[in-house]
Amino acid sequence: MNGCTERVYNGLIKENPTFVLMLGMCPTLAVTTSAVNGVGMGLSTTVVLVLSNMLISMLRKIIPDSVRMPAFIVVVASFVTIVQFLLEGFVPSLYDALGLYIPLIVVNCIILGRAESYASKNPVVLSIFDGIGMGLGFTVGLTAIGLVRELIGSGKIFGYQLLPLADTATGQAGYVPVTIFILAPGAFLVLAGLTALQNKVKLRAARKGKKVTEASGCGEGCASCGGCNGKVFPTGNEKE
Amino acid sequence: MKELLIIAIGSAIVNNVVLSQFLGICPFLGVSKKVETASGMGGAVIFVITIASFITSLIYKFILVPLHISYLQTIVFILVIAALVQFVEMFLKKSMPSLYNALGVYLPLITTNCAVLGVALTNVQKDYGILTGVVNGIGTSVGFAIAIVIMAGIREKIEYNDISESFQGTPIVLVTAALMSIAFFGFSGLI
Repeated sequence: MNGCTERVYNGLIKENPTFVLMLGMCPTLAVTTSAVNGVGMGLSTTVVLVLSNMLISMLRKIIPDSVRMPAFIVVVASFVTIVQFLLEGFVPSLYDALGLYIPLIVVNCIILGRAESYASKNPVVLSIFDGIGMGLGFTVGLTAIGLVRELIGSGKIFGYQLLPLADTATGQAGYVPVTIFILAPGAFLVLAGLTALQNKVKLRAARKGKKVTEASGCGEGCASCGGCNGKVFPTGNEKE
Repeated sequence: MKELLIIAIGSAIVNNVVLSQFLGICPFLGVSKKVETASGMGGAVIFVITIASFITSLIYKFILVPLHISYLQTIVFILVIAALVQFVEMFLKKSMPSLYNALGVYLPLITTNCAVLGVALTNVQKDYGILTGVVNGIGTSVGFAIAIVIMAGIREKIEYNDISESFQGTPIVLVTAALMSIAFFGFSGLI
């Protein structure tokens, strides 16, 4: 397997940001009320991730080490602003559905984390493919959660009514949607189920003696991702 | 006055920042193991969001709007917040060591807490003025503190419970969050 496909495989499966690393939980929970929103958010994040990885990798020898975090943030925030305007102009319905969470892509741990841990150390082409892999992994994660929530919460898949709804007025039998799944608590419940499943897989793998990538995100206090663990601007007294 | 009260209660309890808007999930799950640390984090968040919402409203109103560059809001806000958090940390270390000892370790974690940027952007989106913006900031951050302290209290009790193997750790915390979120729905008739 050559380097580029390896990066995509790594992002999609081995270090899937949603299911394995547990990064970027805010958008994961907030926008997955339907599969379409999940795809939209995932692809917007992918675009930002690929572009920022590319630019940061190009600039990796120019940006001084001491100001790298502010520089990364400016790069990411610029691309997020561009994506925001493109969505507002061309896909206004998605723009309305995602709302506040589009500008909040800036503080998504995945993007700064990849910039810090991969793009700032590796050549351009590999960084682009790393962005594609991670972004697609995130998209798959969001879409999967969105599908589950949409199917249980409204009986639809991608807006198509898969399960015919019950009609109490005419007494017609059918599916009674569990509305709570498209409301806030449903997001927590679905994610709880998914992480429990992930734990189970991990425990089984551990018993067989295999190594599994550890979650690096929220469960561990966010300390391991690049942008979260401290000072963005250099204070002049970082000696270590 | 009445409007301000409605905004404050609305952002603190009815539209709780963690449980219904999903902002700041990372610290909510990560720093809620003990009530003591959770209240420290809550205090630090109240402190930072209040200052940040004031400063960002000022910048938006007196710099971005007059210069017609309000489209740069995301970039400007995130940089201002990052710089502000670090400035607050240095200031506290120098002049209020006791407060710094209580909140210091949590301050750096706040930069990427999306609730801070979220409040700044909500203030702009909803066209809040400076005073209403600050009130919204205080309300939101108090809501965060309430949620994280309650969660920490429940988690301290969960320690002693017999939970099935695969639900230990994050999953049971998420189930707890779901139940809390359902409970907070009860407030939705308040306003």
